[in-house]
Amino acid sequence: MDFNLTEDRRMLSESLNRFLAEQYPVEHRNKIAYALPCHDPSKWEEMAELGVLGALVPEDAGGFGGAGFDISVVFEAMGRVLCPEPVLGAAMAARLLVAAGADCEALIAGAVKYAVAVSEIEAPYDLDGIACSASAKGEGYVLSGRKTAVYGGQAADMFLVAARLDGALAVFEVAADAAQVVGYPMMDGGGAAELLLDETPARLLKAQAAAALEDAVNAGIVALCAEAVGAMDVTLNTTVDYLKTRKQFGVPIAKFQVLQHRAVDMLTEIEQARSITIKAASDLGTAQASRSASMAKNLIGRAARLVAEEAIQMHGGIAMTWEYPTSHFGKRLIMLDAQLGDQDHHLSKVMANYAA
Amino acid sequence: MDLSYSKDDIAFRDEVRAYLEEALPTKMSDIVRSGGELTKPIMEEWHAILQRKGWLATIWPKKFGGPGWTPVQRHIFEEECCRAYAPRIVPFGLSMLGPVLQKFGTKEQQDYYLPRILSGEDWWCQGYSEPGAGSDLASLKTRAIHEGDEWVINGQKTWTTLGQHADKIFCLCRTNPDAKQQEGISFILVDMKTPGIEVRPIRLIEGGYEVNEVFFTDVRVPYGNLVGEVDKGWTIAKFLLSHERTGIAGVGFSMQALEEVKALARKVRRNGKPLAQDPLFAARIAKAEIDLEAMKITNMRMLFKAQEQGAPGPETSILKIKGTVIHQEFKDLARRALGPVAAPFPGHVMEGNLMFGPEDTAHNAARYFNNRKTSIFGGSNEIQRNILTKAALEL
Ligand SMILES: Cc1cc2nc3c(=O)[nH]c(=O)nc-3n(C[C@H](O)[C@H](O)[C@H](O)COP(=O)(O)OP(=O)(O)OC[C@H]3O[C@@H](n4cnc5c(N)ncnc54)[C@H](O)[C@@H]3O)c2cc1C
Repeated sequence: MDFNLTEDRRMLSESLNRFLAEQYPVEHRNKIAYALPCHDPSKWEEMAELGVLGALVPEDAGGFGGAGFDISVVFEAMGRVLCPEPVLGAAMAARLLVAAGADCEALIAGAVKYAVAVSEIEAPYDLDGIACSASAKGEGYVLSGRKTAVYGGQAADMFLVAARLDGALAVFEVAADAAQVVGYPMMDGGGAAELLLDETPARLLKAQAAAALEDAVNAGIVALCAEAVGAMDVTLNTTVDYLKTRKQFGVPIAKFQVLQHRAVDMLTEIEQARSITIKAASDLGTAQASRSASMAKNLIGRAARLVAEEAIQMHGGIAMTWEYPTSHFGKRLIMLDAQLGDQDHHLSKVMANYAA
Repeated sequence: MDLSYSKDDIAFRDEVRAYLEEALPTKMSDIVRSGGELTKPIMEEWHAILQRKGWLATIWPKKFGGPGWTPVQRHIFEEECCRAYAPRIVPFGLSMLGPVLQKFGTKEQQDYYLPRILSGEDWWCQGYSEPGAGSDLASLKTRAIHEGDEWVINGQKTWTTLGQHADKIFCLCRTNPDAKQQEGISFILVDMKTPGIEVRPIRLIEGGYEVNEVFFTDVRVPYGNLVGEVDKGWTIAKFLLSHERTGIAGVGFSMQALEEVKALARKVRRNGKPLAQDPLFAARIAKAEIDLEAMKITNMRMLFKAQEQGAPGPETSILKIKGTVIHQEFKDLARRALGPVAAPFPGHVMEGNLMFGPEDTAHNAARYFNNRKTSIFGGSNEIQRNILTKAALEL
């Protein structure tokens, strides 16, 4: 047994945390996160140089990572500063490109920003419900349908789109300039897009892609869970610092035992969240991957809500303000439940195992 | 025991319902339903409509121009207003200062200020909280010094809701720094146009603008703006807080929110079925509805008691704690029901054919975040528990 990070991952974690702490202070983050394109090209380039994107890709595909723990190291660091850069799309796209045996060079270099388009309005979480359709036309294919809440889509150069080809799920490449892309900033910062496809030309990346898509979603879930762990950790630290400094009734409010215990409950939930994220990262790519990812996403959904709501409540009015960073951490923690399956969706997936 | 309204109350409810149907402009209820911004002119227009009917100052007695309703009638009125999606009545003049002046003001103060509240001439805001004095309000520092026939005020208030629209602010100020905290505070009325006042906006978590910081630098107001006795402002503050509690359970708002969530769960489709058929989501609604059903009765029991005994007891803290948490749960469900569709920052992707959630839902996430305030202000839920610890359990 060994719960230490490998030397390489520890170094990546340290350099990325340092870089983000310096380059993505909250004022800069808020400036970037809430206005299109919700992305800072120069920081993106520097992150690629630091190896953030290469860490998402296995060695035999030209990267130097690609395991669950590589993803979690990157995203925990991003969560600590609420970094809005569209790395989630890269993490998920890397899985699909590798599964298709396609080239990852442009992804690793950051030269092409990928977004993975899975969700649809009536099937936000479940791959089985995907209705977007593909048909052969001439040399290639065309796609029709609408993809919703495509994370990073507002800044993407290339979309990897899940669509039905002869009834089975397949993945297609759609260039951003070939489709109608409506980007928007999100409630919690960062961007997404609606992708409107109407006989839009596409290139087939992988037919019979249900398993590859499931793997990509699992990788995305590991990323989101790790991001939440980073954000929760910072939120708890900020809250505890505030309890120690804020005085009411002549004493620091940290003296009130009811607040102490609630901070301890946050700590407990965060430790549990960290553990289940480690489990999901460890199982990524194995037969257990989907079950562990669902368990992790459910637990994170519950823990993140508790941490967000308690942090705001225990701050009193101050964390209700835009100016105070905890409000943005709270928003991110709440809103990420609705990404790649909310807690109820993943709970029902775990439940489905019992009857079988 | 009889849980139903009396015949008279039912007749009253029907009267209110019919009136709202006819008097409430659709343009207003549409904004309320969609969670859009209520501008000052719209709020003023609604006040004026109610005032023409004599139903604006719902908690004032007849002799001051109110309708003289019983607690049950007020409750019915609030419930019907929520049901009709009427804008909320701005409470600062009508529910807070009005009753204070009626109890502690001089005849001149009553004659001057009360009609101006009713006519909408004076829009008030509440200057209680300070950066260093939130839950511990009695530690407030804003200083008022008696000089000649004036008060000279220096200090800062914060969290001043709708202060950007206000003509006047009622303030708690420290007038005797040597006395025990609670015994050196006075209640003073200040015109917002007085030189030395600066209002700075505070942007809230969801991006909206409803609260402010208010700075006072050598602000001079007439000595006669003092309400009640000098150094006895704490008594007024406590009295006012007890009035802030009428309708504190927000039952009407939660009933409104429940209907919204149910409608949404029927409209939103997940994997070929309405979300309402998802047993996990349906269970969430059901649990919250059960809590609300109990809260309705708890609220009525306390109204009944207030009507019998003349005053609400410390149990109203139960209404605040549970009432806010139930309402917040519905706001959570309204956001949750939409899933990723709730993600766009309000103002984006809502126009025309790009609207991708059901109508009226563009603000659901924003409203969830904004409503976190209800368990913080008006005496936080922790402070309410402290009150119950002492007053109800005598611990
Ligand atoms: C949106 C909004 C609008 C508002 N509008 C107005 C307004 O119009 N006018 C006005 O005067 N004020 C207004 N307020 C201020 C509001 O009343 C205060 O925020 C509230 O009293 C809490 O004070 P605080 O923010 O300083 O938090 P603090 O008092 O610093 O509390 C921080 C945390 O400590 C807890 N705590 C404090 N003391 C204890 C204790 N003894 N035991 C256990 N826990 C404790 C609190 O419950 C809270 O969780 C508004 C606030 C908000 C957020």
